[in-house]
Amino acid sequence: MNRQITKLAVASLILLAALVVATTYWQTWASASLAEKQDNAIQRVAQFRIKRGLIRAADGTLLATNVRRKVGGQTLYFRRYPTGKLFANLVGYSTQVRSRAGLEQSENAYLTASNANLSTIFNKTLDKLKGVTITGNDLILSVRPGIQRLAMQQLAGKCGAAVVMNPQTGKVYALASQPTYDPNLVENHFNLIKAPGAPCHPAAPLLNRATDGLFTPGSTFKVVTATAALDSHKFTPGSTFYDPGYCIEYGKQVSNAASPDGPVESFGHPTLAQGLQHSINSVFCNVGKALGAGTILEYMKKFGFYKDPPLETPADEKVPSGLYHGGRLFFPRDPRTQVDPGRLAFGQETLAVTPLQMAMVASTVANGGVTMEPQVLNRVVDAGGATVVQVHPHALRRVMSKQTANELTSMMVAAVNDGTGGAAAIPGISVAGKTGTAETGTTGINTTWFIAFAPAYHPTVAVAVTLENQTGFGGTTAAPIAKQLMQAVLSPRSNK
Amino acid sequence: MSLRNRELLNLVVVGALTALGFASVYIARQAVVSTASLSYAALFLALYLVAHLVARYAVPYADPYLLPMAALLTAVGLTEIYRIHPRDAFRQGIWVIIAVGVFAGTLLALRRDYRRLESYKYIFGLTAIGLLVLPALPGLGTTVNGARLWIHFGSLQFQPGEIAKLCLIVFLAGYLREKREVLAQGRLKDFGPLLVIWGGAMLVLVETNDLGSAFLYYGIFLAMLYVATGRLLYTGIGIALFLAGSYFVYTKVAHVHERVTIWLHPWTDHKVYCAQTGQMLLRQDCGSYQLVKSLYSVGNGGWLGTGFGRGTFETAQGHQLIPDLNTDFIYSALAQELGLIGISALLLLFMVFALRGMRIALLADDGFSKLAAAGLTFGFALQTFIIVGGILRVLPLTGITLPFVSYGGSSVVANFVLLAGLLLISNRANAPRDA
Repeated sequence: MNRQITKLAVASLILLAALVVATTYWQTWASASLAEKQDNAIQRVAQFRIKRGLIRAADGTLLATNVRRKVGGQTLYFRRYPTGKLFANLVGYSTQVRSRAGLEQSENAYLTASNANLSTIFNKTLDKLKGVTITGNDLILSVRPGIQRLAMQQLAGKCGAAVVMNPQTGKVYALASQPTYDPNLVENHFNLIKAPGAPCHPAAPLLNRATDGLFTPGSTFKVVTATAALDSHKFTPGSTFYDPGYCIEYGKQVSNAASPDGPVESFGHPTLAQGLQHSINSVFCNVGKALGAGTILEYMKKFGFYKDPPLETPADEKVPSGLYHGGRLFFPRDPRTQVDPGRLAFGQETLAVTPLQMAMVASTVANGGVTMEPQVLNRVVDAGGATVVQVHPHALRRVMSKQTANELTSMMVAAVNDGTGGAAAIPGISVAGKTGTAETGTTGINTTWFIAFAPAYHPTVAVAVTLENQTGFGGTTAAPIAKQLMQAVLSPRSNK
Repeated sequence: MSLRNRELLNLVVVGALTALGFASVYIARQAVVSTASLSYAALFLALYLVAHLVARYAVPYADPYLLPMAALLTAVGLTEIYRIHPRDAFRQGIWVIIAVGVFAGTLLALRRDYRRLESYKYIFGLTAIGLLVLPALPGLGTTVNGARLWIHFGSLQFQPGEIAKLCLIVFLAGYLREKREVLAQGRLKDFGPLLVIWGGAMLVLVETNDLGSAFLYYGIFLAMLYVATGRLLYTGIGIALFLAGSYFVYTKVAHVHERVTIWLHPWTDHKVYCAQTGQMLLRQDCGSYQLVKSLYSVGNGGWLGTGFGRGTFETAQGHQLIPDLNTDFIYSALAQELGLIGISALLLLFMVFALRGMRIALLADDGFSKLAAAGLTFGFALQTFIIVGGILRVLPLTGITLPFVSYGGSSVVANFVLLAGLLLISNRANAPRDA
């Protein structure tokens, strides 16, 4: 029997050796991917021994800092957010009980010094060997507290979002979403996070409406349609149309007015430029029919629709803009039969967009047709103050020719100077803008918009403002907010 | 140096290691535990010495490494149980004292000639089946995590499967020693009792809803059949029958089906129906919650581990992050705190234990002893493989204890009886001829 026993001994050894191999796999090879899992509470809780990196605004204002606390003989570092609600939806939170959100989630690697940069690895290993607390890397953001505060004040008591950015660099100055929450409550008083007075249901204070909220773009989308019309050389700003006050689609009248009960308003024989200036639906309806939905969809993709906006926030806090069917992003295989080109052209159909995407549309026109990657991160610095990563502006792609961008700019300037966007006019500075008033299905209740940039011919600021459940129009509700935000960026006092 | 003096020296080293383990837990968790932790180390050194003295008297020629290795595994387990939940460590300490008592009793009772057990082989076989059936009886069995493995007498809970395993090995050793020649020739009628055992193991699997136990008993059976007959064909047929039976159970029993699904796809991106709560949840938040959380614990260990007492098992608020950490998942707790280097050393200890056991089987000079030693040792190795392999997703996870290490009274007692058996066989094999 000894021959068999020897073989059985070898078999036993192989079984146990397989366990060494499997353990090695999980503790070395797969260890990093396990650590990244969202539901890995062990990793998350263990990271509270790390002195997490600070998060600062562009001017150095502390947005996230640490509070040291002794728990069960261990020194743990819990998060505190000195600016409270101001940057909640962007910065997010890092807690033991409710995981992480916002930049605290997406930039966790930098903040816990587990990023793969050589200097960080070196410092961290040194700290480990010395037995001292590991200190994370600090984030320096591009956001400006003054602009953000103004945006949050302007949106207060409403449901909506505002994005303010530099169209030439893509750097985001403000990313505001209301209603919001106090991130200091998440760890121990999550049940206190409510927004009882918010004029929208669900109020969803944790939702970052600027990147994760989907709204019908209404007439702001005419900028995208106009881009397709001009850049495809099918139309010029001077192309004329006949406007009887409505447009015929599938044998039915589609009226210009937001309310079908309103008086039919006819503009006679307007040009494409006048169509944008006065936001005439029938003009764009006819443009859409002439271009076909396929061409418009092609330009939407160039603008970045159908993709998560490339901002540094977590993937699950961003949604792509585009056509939606049954709650899902919908890209028609046959645009000619599956999409109503007329309604698409003036921003209805089943379009749903994020405020960030519309800010990118305005920025692209402002930047001569080139889309810049929206960025909220300026720099990552280590505990000693040395720069680990410098985030440089990054051009994504050219969406339209320089000429198309110039023509569109003139048309959008006319919309502010003598059109629907008059409330956004700033004395002494030319502003380019476009209003939007999207029907929600409930008569008299609209989603209102304004997208704009200024100064029109040397733009340094682009904005998108969205408000939910408004009884007014984009030109009366959103445009005044956009004006204040642009003025704040352009005034020399804000550039501190 | 005599064998027993070598054992004593090893035990002193183990005692020092135990003291070191408890000391490091104490240093890391001063706010939670007291200096009383060090008294555990003292108590255990004393207990090991008692076991050693009994061995010195009853089995003077036995292998000198098995007892120290078992002591070290028990100490590592107890240290980790103490670190996780100090009150459980006290209960486990009581159980280890009982186990050492049973160990000493077994050695003393069988020190002259354990081979007389062979004549009671059918009683052992029937006892094994009886013990296995116990948890399935209404009123006596308790269902834990979907499997009926426990019986209870009032507040006392007991897992009879652990003892059944030992009875089964004694039965098989006796039966196979007697019939091995005719079995090797393939006389069909001699397979009758063996097929009854196979059917019994499958019955246990269905009745207790537990793939792991059936796998363990059946694996021991096949291994011993192979050692007795030397015919790989039987093992091949046995494995084929096991796979067929397992597949049948997989398709018919929802509980087993779910375990296999959890094994193959523990993480989902979209929500799936969760039978436990009746809601739509991600699988990692439902069925595979335990498996996934325990893997996170293993992964967090890395190369060097966090160190004894410094692992992360709960939030600052005291919320547990890994379920059943003391029993089924003690390996994941150890893997996190000891790291790859430490846990590999622990696995190496299991390997050396298995090799010493197989060496005893090789040295024994009668068939019953050889078969019993090989069966006991292979059972030890296979059980380790089933639970640790389950944790590491090598095979579907089933709730079996890690020998000597896990929290659990019946397990510790059974493993010390197994140790006593190996020492008795070893003592007889090494004893001078004229003794």
